[in-house]
Amino acid sequence: MQHTLIALVEDRPGVLNRVASLFRRRAFNIESLTVGHTEQPGISRMTIVVDSDNVSVERVTAYLYKLVNVIQVEDVTRRPTVSRDLAMIKVSVTPTNRTEIIQLVDVFRARIVDVANESMIIEITGDEEKIDGFVEVLRPYGIVEMVRTGLVSMLRGSATGNAQPIALNGNGKMVKMYGTV
Amino acid sequence: MKYTGAQILLESLIREGVKVIFGYPGGANLPIYDAMGQYPIHHVLGRHEQGLTHMADGYARAGGGVGVAMATSGPGATNMVTGIATAMMDSSPIVCITGQVASYYIGYDAFQETDITGITLPITKHNYLVTDAHDIGHTVREAFYIARTGRPGPVLIDIAKDAQQTAIEWSYDDSPIRMPGYRPDLSPLPADLQRAVELIQSAKRPVILAGRGVLMSNAMREVLAFAEKTQTPVAMTLLGLGGFPASHELALGMMGMHGESWTNRAIQEADLLLAFGMRFDDRVTGNVKNYAPGARKIHIDIDPSEINKNIKVDVPLIGDLRETLNLLMPHVCDCDHQEWIDHIKQMKDEVRPRDIQNLPDVGKLYAAHVINDLWRFTGGQALLVTDVGQHQMWAAQYYWLDRPNHLITSGGLGTMGFGLPAAIGAKIARPDANVWVVCGDGGFQMTNAELSTAVQEGVKVNIAVINNGYLGMVRQWQEFFYERRYNGTPMRSPDFVKLAEAHGVTGMRVTTRGEVERAIRSAEETEGTVVIDFRVEPEDSVYPMVPAGAALDAMIRRPQPTVPELEFDEI
Repeated sequence: MQHTLIALVEDRPGVLNRVASLFRRRAFNIESLTVGHTEQPGISRMTIVVDSDNVSVERVTAYLYKLVNVIQVEDVTRRPTVSRDLAMIKVSVTPTNRTEIIQLVDVFRARIVDVANESMIIEITGDEEKIDGFVEVLRPYGIVEMVRTGLVSMLRGSATGNAQPIALNGNGKMVKMYGTV
Repeated sequence: MKYTGAQILLESLIREGVKVIFGYPGGANLPIYDAMGQYPIHHVLGRHEQGLTHMADGYARAGGGVGVAMATSGPGATNMVTGIATAMMDSSPIVCITGQVASYYIGYDAFQETDITGITLPITKHNYLVTDAHDIGHTVREAFYIARTGRPGPVLIDIAKDAQQTAIEWSYDDSPIRMPGYRPDLSPLPADLQRAVELIQSAKRPVILAGRGVLMSNAMREVLAFAEKTQTPVAMTLLGLGGFPASHELALGMMGMHGESWTNRAIQEADLLLAFGMRFDDRVTGNVKNYAPGARKIHIDIDPSEINKNIKVDVPLIGDLRETLNLLMPHVCDCDHQEWIDHIKQMKDEVRPRDIQNLPDVGKLYAAHVINDLWRFTGGQALLVTDVGQHQMWAAQYYWLDRPNHLITSGGLGTMGFGLPAAIGAKIARPDANVWVVCGDGGFQMTNAELSTAVQEGVKVNIAVINNGYLGMVRQWQEFFYERRYNGTPMRSPDFVKLAEAHGVTGMRVTTRGEVERAIRSAEETEGTVVIDFRVEPEDSVYPMVPAGAALDAMIRRPQPTVPELEFDEI
């Protein structure tokens, strides 16, 4: 099944390579991986979706913790989250089906961001199922090009995936986060 | 005060207690060499960068602290790869420092440029590319801290040449380190400790599996006390040998592919396995599907990623072995497993007649005899460094170690050519040790150029070349599994006596068992390095053997002695 991991990593050159290389080296498949800044300077946040069983996800988590630049890893698969993926879809249009497509865009609460004589670009945000559904609906009209950002996730409520000054370590032990030697 | 990057590096190395660098100069690390003269650091010039990393590794394993190897960019750096991977697999703390082309050349395929941080990413515990002199100080601090803490391992620092040359205002105290993601201070959960105690108390047929973690956490005394209190037999991994005295009545010797049959059968029949700082390598478990089917498993390891990796365990205890055993000890009561111990002893007695030590002397020179004689004539006190192959397994079987840290061998990666350079590093770390290298004719020739290093450094190591004219372990596999098609394994070697003499050291040749003692004693009395060419039986095999992928108790047994006129009782 698909697991969603949130990893907080140090914002340094090569960290993405280290994470990606780990998945390759240990033969795990990444379904999607997104990375970007957080509200804390120097810390980036990755949302990683992997397709594997529970035991393997525990292994991935342990391996991620072995990377010196990885600060915190959380498997949010079974926790209440808001997850979003963004897609831009370039679809071919004709004068006859243009209105039809615009109606579909409204139904899915997507947005038209570019219009040309023979095509338009539609932007849609949502969870993966919604986007997959929209793509299927558009497919008969002819999809010229599509790009997706991959999933980002955030825990619902006041729980956060932020790095805590005191955090759980790889084996659940409480440790100080910013210790120096 | 102003320092160049090279000076900052050396200042920082001194602060880390570095006394020796195993290195090889080149264009991209010349600024470091230029500054080296000002510092009390001894430089050992190797003959190949693979040898340098093995020397640093041997130095670290012999107890010298974090070993330091240095090379230039490009081929210098790539030649280190085998040594780094070896250190990674055996959790050996080394720091490798490579020169890199100037930062403004990086990415342009400059002369001798190679992406060594990219190349070594999966075979280092961590690595760094430093392009600014300001980053050198704290990087060295971090690198040494990472290399020696938690589960130790190799760290590589790649330093651009311009960063070595730039002079900046610097003081060591201005090099604070901040590693929010690195937390080696793990300890087991109380609930897991409680469950472990319950399993230990209720076990009827327990076995301790002692790995290299016993030595690295310095837990020999704790393991001994635990084993005696709970009356639990102790099997060891190859790298765990010496962690528990071989002559102790609870010692089972080495487990796994070339473990003795009673050892592997005891593990298969056990109802509780206590894994102490080991990782259930496939050479130890055989087929994992039917590994110790009736046993509950308690796994103590400092590395959380080892838990449930190869073998699913019932209780994981993540933390330092010594600390964890000290937490467990007060809660386990004295146990009595006399029936179990007697049962193992009975299995042991059944195979004793097959033991090569109980075979009659038929005038042939067997490698196992040579190694056991070496044990006898060195009083079991040598610091033994092996290469990889048959001789390594015979050393594990017949050089019985009662003390820790007297065997250095490449286990995880199985690196041929490891022996001689590792021994040079070990001898430099422990100048008073009686260092013996046991290697094959194949492995010796992979790195025998380092004989020159030994001579230049005035280092004395005794080298026993177990010369059977084959790549023996591969030949053995061909004999067992490929119908004796000896393709690629027969090996013609140079005259090792003359090779030794060409290097200005002593060479000897031994062809009969009667000469073994004299050669060993004479080697020990000789001042410099000695190479002994032991011409042993060409087609001898290591028994017992668990074929790769077979169950641990499905062993190819040692053949019955083929000398009909002798009764075992008379031998």
